[in-house]
Amino acid sequence: MKKEDKHFSEMMRPDGVRDPYQNYDAWFSKQDINRLSKKAQEAEAFFRRTGITFNVYGQADAEERLIPFDLVPRILSNTEWSKLSRGIEQRVRAINAFLHDIYNRQEILRAGVVPVDLIANNEAFLPQMMDFTPAGGVYTHIVGTDIVRTGEDEFYVLEDNARTPSGVSYMLENRETMLQMFPELFSKIRVQRVSDYPKNLRRSLEASAPPGVQGRPCVVVLTPGIHNSAYYEHSFLADQMGVELVEGHDLRVVDGNIAMRTTRGYKVIDVIYRRVDDEFLDPLTFNPQSMLGVPGIMDVYRAGNITITNAPGTGVADDKAIYSYVPEIVEFYTGEKAILKNVQTHRCSQPDTLKFVLENLKDLVVKEVHGSGGYGMLVGPAASKKEIADFAEKLKAKPANYIAQPTLSLSTVPILTDAGLAPRHVDLRPFALVSPNAIDIVPGGLTRVALTEGSLVVNSSQGGGTKDTWVLEG
Amino acid sequence: MKLSVRHTTEYAYAEPVDFALQKVRLRPQDSPLQTVREWDISIDGGRIEADYRDHYANLVDLVSAERGAQKLTITASGTVETRDTAGVLGKVYGRAPLWHFQQSSPLTQPGESTQAFVDVIRAADDTLTGLHDLSAEVLKKVPYAVGHTQSDTTAEEAVQIGKGVCQDHANIFVTAARAAGMPARYVSGYLMMNDRVDQDASHAWAEVHLDDLGWVSFDVSNGVCPDDRYIRIAIGRDAHDAAPMQGLRGGAGDESLIVSLQVQQ
Repeated sequence: MKKEDKHFSEMMRPDGVRDPYQNYDAWFSKQDINRLSKKAQEAEAFFRRTGITFNVYGQADAEERLIPFDLVPRILSNTEWSKLSRGIEQRVRAINAFLHDIYNRQEILRAGVVPVDLIANNEAFLPQMMDFTPAGGVYTHIVGTDIVRTGEDEFYVLEDNARTPSGVSYMLENRETMLQMFPELFSKIRVQRVSDYPKNLRRSLEASAPPGVQGRPCVVVLTPGIHNSAYYEHSFLADQMGVELVEGHDLRVVDGNIAMRTTRGYKVIDVIYRRVDDEFLDPLTFNPQSMLGVPGIMDVYRAGNITITNAPGTGVADDKAIYSYVPEIVEFYTGEKAILKNVQTHRCSQPDTLKFVLENLKDLVVKEVHGSGGYGMLVGPAASKKEIADFAEKLKAKPANYIAQPTLSLSTVPILTDAGLAPRHVDLRPFALVSPNAIDIVPGGLTRVALTEGSLVVNSSQGGGTKDTWVLEG
Repeated sequence: MKLSVRHTTEYAYAEPVDFALQKVRLRPQDSPLQTVREWDISIDGGRIEADYRDHYANLVDLVSAERGAQKLTITASGTVETRDTAGVLGKVYGRAPLWHFQQSSPLTQPGESTQAFVDVIRAADDTLTGLHDLSAEVLKKVPYAVGHTQSDTTAEEAVQIGKGVCQDHANIFVTAARAAGMPARYVSGYLMMNDRVDQDASHAWAEVHLDDLGWVSFDVSNGVCPDDRYIRIAIGRDAHDAAPMQGLRGGAGDESLIVSLQVQQ
């Protein structure tokens, strides 16, 4: 336990249990550890039955794995949540304004707030989106902001995930599992519901339909197919929303719209929630080899006859070099100071900074500018001398490809181990839904937990697990 | 000058098609260089699914073939009043920023061969002369000859092959101008060759942005700055962006293409 003392514990204070965890602690202290361990096994069996697994890229056998679930909830007070959700809303609003600006007038570049190079050299900048405004001006219909905590009132945004955030199915399944295993807990403690998410997602997507759609807009989920690591989530969300799950070959251009094949002929689609990357979305406009997309969908999109969510080209805001400017971006478009803090970010493209980063690799976390999923990063404090030396070479070869951040002292929440509760580091991914009229943030999100003692890497692809996330009623 | 155009493209499919799409950029627009008097696109064996303005403000029609069709005919025709401005389009800007036209694209990646052309621009006393010298040098190194390059030949490849058509010339020219730091773009359109009514094919040339003049055009293949014999239709970073037609087809079987183009006064 000694090693963990410097980290903020979300459950324990030196003199007792923190407020949000009081009721849970009172319940937990009366539980039989053996019974809970058995429950944990039940939970695992439940997940196996429902099929929540994911494929890990970069492993030779590409096995299907279960993301471990820990049954101790991560609990936030209503006050903590209010501040977080206000901060997320502000950030999401600014990112949408930024995307519209970048693809249209580019005022922020003219004002010199964001350097032109960061857009000009950004692989995710999609020229085909220039001079176009999606329905209602919404680019990021679904956002999953990654947040970490380091103290009582210290929350930092780690990534904005404006492209295709995944993981919301775990949020929903984790809650469902907890409700089934511990119904008595939820009658004792008032936790805000997350179960409205699929209904809200559908409503939000429908509200983003192109103007002039008659009747209830038709929404579908487009998946690359069963071999995609998140296929389970695609089918789960389609099922929960009560809409069709489709693949590219089910769709074609019909009468100026995108339509899906049904037993009764072609049916026009108004909103497509696509989980296919930009490059593969339309072989007529982008990669001609793609079999996953729909030929002509970009033409139909620019003609205003379908809404694509998230909009193509939103990845430009996901870039980690752009991330370092988000506080300025928030101020530029909202006129307010950013409510949520950014992690201090060193841009290795600058020679002085590169020198500093190379000298301090053992204390820093270094990430690829376009990377995600915890791949291709260096966690200095956890790396061997050889790993650091190898990484230094990569960094020197292509400095602009990297940013570095201090190793944050992530907060901990206990997990259940054979020896009882033990603290582990966590992060949080709340999910925001953006429609032309509203931003709706589901109270909670996905808490990811590093299961290995002392580890700071929470990514499921790197051995992380998940927890149910509770936001208490006020 | 008042130019009349009739441009017919006919696709013949050996097998009935399940689906075929064509992204068509064949609508000229008003500019300091031209005024469109009348223009129409008609389709036989298919239909226009959607029309819109793309990211370079080109007018695009998405055309589909009828299911089971064995022939798709796309005809663009009309009359355009053109003006001779000595190749100067001027300070006319869309939403695509100038820096975008300083960047390379798949067909205009700079390489060793194109880099050699940069020295030609730099050797001249002023930029405009340098660009005319570049135009002449490209034609010298890559004389006009059909059948040696394809629609997906890159600028670099065309220089190495040593022969090419107007598309290759324009791709090479913009690649070299960008390598010298200037915003440059590819233009597709029509050219009335004085000695004939039936023209060989759609034409292509290049535009470079100069601080004082704005956009200035260069027709490398003919060694001139475009005048009132030219109709400007679409722009982009390379031949792919501004292509008059870009297709995708489902199903097996061969496809053949017949193009006829008449441009006359």
